[in-house]
Amino acid sequence: MSESEKPVCLKSYFRLCAVVFLVVVCTTSAMIATSFSHIGEGWTLKVALILAIAVVNAFLVAGYLMHLLSEKKLVYTVLAFTVVFFIGLMGLTVWATNGFPPGTVNH
Amino acid sequence: MEIPYTIQIRPDTGLYNAKLGIWLFLASEVMLFGGLFSAYILLRVGAEPGMWPHGWLNVTLGTVNTLLLALSAITTLLAWAACKVRDFRKFKIFHACTILLALTFLGIKSFEYHDKLIHYEVQLTNGKFADGHLIEKSTDFDLAKKSGTVTLHGRIVDDERDLMDLRSPAAQSAKLDEVTITAADIKKMENYGPKHNTFTAIYFTLTGLHALHILGGTIVIFYLWAFGGAMWKTDPERFTNRIEVSGLFWHFVDLVWIFLFPVLYLT
Repeated sequence: MSESEKPVCLKSYFRLCAVVFLVVVCTTSAMIATSFSHIGEGWTLKVALILAIAVVNAFLVAGYLMHLLSEKKLVYTVLAFTVVFFIGLMGLTVWATNGFPPGTVNH
Repeated sequence: MEIPYTIQIRPDTGLYNAKLGIWLFLASEVMLFGGLFSAYILLRVGAEPGMWPHGWLNVTLGTVNTLLLALSAITTLLAWAACKVRDFRKFKIFHACTILLALTFLGIKSFEYHDKLIHYEVQLTNGKFADGHLIEKSTDFDLAKKSGTVTLHGRIVDDERDLMDLRSPAAQSAKLDEVTITAADIKKMENYGPKHNTFTAIYFTLTGLHALHILGGTIVIFYLWAFGGAMWKTDPERFTNRIEVSGLFWHFVDLVWIFLFPVLYLT
């Protein structure tokens, strides 16, 4: 049974929402602190850390607010395909970053 | 004619039709925004060293918008939960909050856009750059005829690279003042609109598309909020499913912002 088919208790949802919002505030603060910190040279490490925190944030929203932690198999199948294509898209992007065609001019 | 599987679970999918539909739609949305994030990565790594902007966007306003969207995602979930326990009054209250939060988000975004559109970079004939927010243009100001003056609240720098990293110690310590420039001294003048550089182009594209999603979602949520009473009386289960589907879309819009905020404002 998915979350949306279970009986709902409004009070338990209030508690869940309070926890989620608190964690969102903490993760957002952590991202800002990381951005203004002096970790590593340049932006590579900072970007990696900030995106890692953003993924935690996204997991909370998708997992608890969208009930993705207790969905039906077909939804997971649809999302599995999406993840595969998304990874392919990002893989091609990373691959392309080192391969600008000869004669490319940066203005 | 009755539309099948608006309430009942379809045996072969385990879902009602609208829920499967919204998940398929969201999957396509992931690829749409994924393509734009891909463009962002290519533009960023393809920029010349020192020419990718940092600190151009207002982190405080971005943070406020992040929290507003997170709150609106929560009120959306609570609105759905209120429908599940058959409390229409609470549903109305929670979704009214969602609509207000969404409109506030759009208001802040509009303010940020306006701030960029009145921010000018002026290339001077002596090779220097003036940069700042427009205070006024003289009534006879005409760049083509080289007549009149323009006044900015900003500064003049020797190199355009000095304008790229606004978080650098030099930029942080720079004193902003009123700068008046005669049209005859201007080689090129443009605001920080989408055509200014690749950063502003991808910034306006990504946030503009996201704002359109917010606007679309708000219209749907408003419709359900304002005109949903009739369906609630005759078919509350179906109405609750509609709230769930619109909520899933709204959570997705929040998810996109969770990545847009750090990518554009913090890195």
